[in-house]
Amino acid sequence: MNLILLADIAKSLLLARWRQSLVAAIGVTFSITMFIALLGFMNGLNDLLDGLILNRTAHVRLYNDVKPNQNQPVNLAANFKDGHNFIQSVQSNGAKIEIYNNAAIINTLKADTRVLGIAPKITAPVLYNAATIDINGTVSGIDVIEENTLFFFSDYVTMGNALDLKNVNNSIILGLGVAEKLMANIGDVIQVTTSKGDRLPLKVVGIFQSGLKDLDKVQSYASIATTQKMLGVSNSYITEIQIKLKDLKMAPAAAKEYAHLFQIDAEDIQTANSQFETGSFVRTLISYVVGITLLIVAGFGIYNILNMMIYEKMDTIAILKATGFSGSDVRKIFLGIALTIGFLGGLLGLITGFVLSLIIDQIPFNTAALPTIKTYPINYNPVFYIIGIVFSIITTYLAGFFPARKASAIDPVIIIRGK
Amino acid sequence: MAQIVLQSNNINKRFNDPVTVEVLKNISFSINKGEFVSITGKSGCGKSTLLYILSTMDTDYQGDLWIDRDLMRGKSEAQLARIRNEKIGFVFQFHYLLNEFSVLKNVMLPGLKLKKYSEAEVEHRALERLKMLGIETLALKSANQLSGGEKQRVAIARALINDPIIIMGDEPTGNLDNKNSDVVFDIFKELCDEYQQTLLIVTHDQSFAARTHRTIEMADGRIITA
Repeated sequence: MNLILLADIAKSLLLARWRQSLVAAIGVTFSITMFIALLGFMNGLNDLLDGLILNRTAHVRLYNDVKPNQNQPVNLAANFKDGHNFIQSVQSNGAKIEIYNNAAIINTLKADTRVLGIAPKITAPVLYNAATIDINGTVSGIDVIEENTLFFFSDYVTMGNALDLKNVNNSIILGLGVAEKLMANIGDVIQVTTSKGDRLPLKVVGIFQSGLKDLDKVQSYASIATTQKMLGVSNSYITEIQIKLKDLKMAPAAAKEYAHLFQIDAEDIQTANSQFETGSFVRTLISYVVGITLLIVAGFGIYNILNMMIYEKMDTIAILKATGFSGSDVRKIFLGIALTIGFLGGLLGLITGFVLSLIIDQIPFNTAALPTIKTYPINYNPVFYIIGIVFSIITTYLAGFFPARKASAIDPVIIIRGK
Repeated sequence: MAQIVLQSNNINKRFNDPVTVEVLKNISFSINKGEFVSITGKSGCGKSTLLYILSTMDTDYQGDLWIDRDLMRGKSEAQLARIRNEKIGFVFQFHYLLNEFSVLKNVMLPGLKLKKYSEAEVEHRALERLKMLGIETLALKSANQLSGGEKQRVAIARALINDPIIIMGDEPTGNLDNKNSDVVFDIFKELCDEYQQTLLIVTHDQSFAARTHRTIEMADGRIITA
């Protein structure tokens, strides 16, 4: 086969200048290594920071907002139905934050194939009582098991066991900041007063740390039943339904649909946290730009070395042409050299990039804000590796294209006569 | 009637840079199969230029050239490369072996490119030719370990690998001492006498030219005696 013969010639030329070829390949290896390590690290960090929000935030939140009623009585009156009614100083109506008929809503949601899971929630503003002082705060009544599967609740419980919230009656898990102010430890009993003035003693079964210090100073968790008891309401009372979808991107559409279907307020995660996507995007963009810049620099190295090789191998090219190799044969030989350098260098770069990622993954990274993280985060997404090898081949192809074209255009007569 | 291997008809060539110089003027001649022809002339008379036109490497000329009764005009670069590969064997003043390859591989390369025979057959044919030239012991050496005379013999073996219809030489003995020149001439002579190989050799060595069948003498871009 012609191609096999050309590949054989390319190999011989490559090995004849193996030191130069090696330097060129190392250039590619280095850039691919940095590309892989950089993208892995940046995306690991992105995932971590996104996870801070995404893991703990519902994709769609159903609740009743405190706001003025859209249907004021004047709009319902037959006399004024056709006109445009101006109403001044409309007040929000009574804080009816309970979700009515929530059992039916939950059943409907469970039947929806887009929904991954549902966690009901009660938010209750409280005062933590410690000796003579009262501290403002919020107790969230949660379904521990659902909260755990959907929002990794137990990851943030740094002391005690999250499941005790369900197993122990009248129990509470305090935020680290709250616990410090109350001087409370696991096993202690603290007093909590609701906004209506009811006071309830609760046993501390755990302490949690969210990574957001201000949140830890006010937030505590109790089971739904405990919170209902604390508020003195029936066991069907909940104020919020948190929905996690199978596909995050569906959230805005789903929120709109549920708001209409259940006549309720629905907020999707994109609206609630629009800033974090921008951050992730910019970080990813920067790492791609740096990685591709490195590859282009490596490409210039290959271009130089191939150009030099062509000047050195003028005689070889001339004799190949004189003995019956065409210009396109010569071009294929030099492109073959370039692609071999690119592919082998790139492959080695993938391996060293993976090893470098593994090493970064072992470097300790302890921060109070992120209790579950012990080492630097790395993302091992195979897409980076595929992009890496594809880019290394494309860059070396382009770097080899012009020298190869020059080689194919060499006039053998000039070389042979020139001696 | 002898078979015509190569024929040129009114070949003209001029260089236009910096001033127009006519290098070749109305070159017409033909070579029959089995002839051993030399082209002689003073330096600058255009004999090498003519050889490169005849070898199809230089395509910038006026006039017609037939090789093996095939008109060369209008052929693509790849087609001409194929003709050089199949029908023409080259021997240059400087050996022009590829130092990256062994002697055997150097001889085999044009044969592998032609793909008329399998790799094993090409290797066998290459060894046959090296043996014919008395250098089969050098087969596995690298090209740059050889002496000048040995290199030229390897180049002749390479020229022979595809059984070309004509061998062209550009001062093949120009860079060799008398002893090696004689060796090379004897090889050419033997090829011509025993294998009816057609040869066209450009040389300024008068004693070399005198021993060939026919000498074409050139001066100022014209053929004086054919």
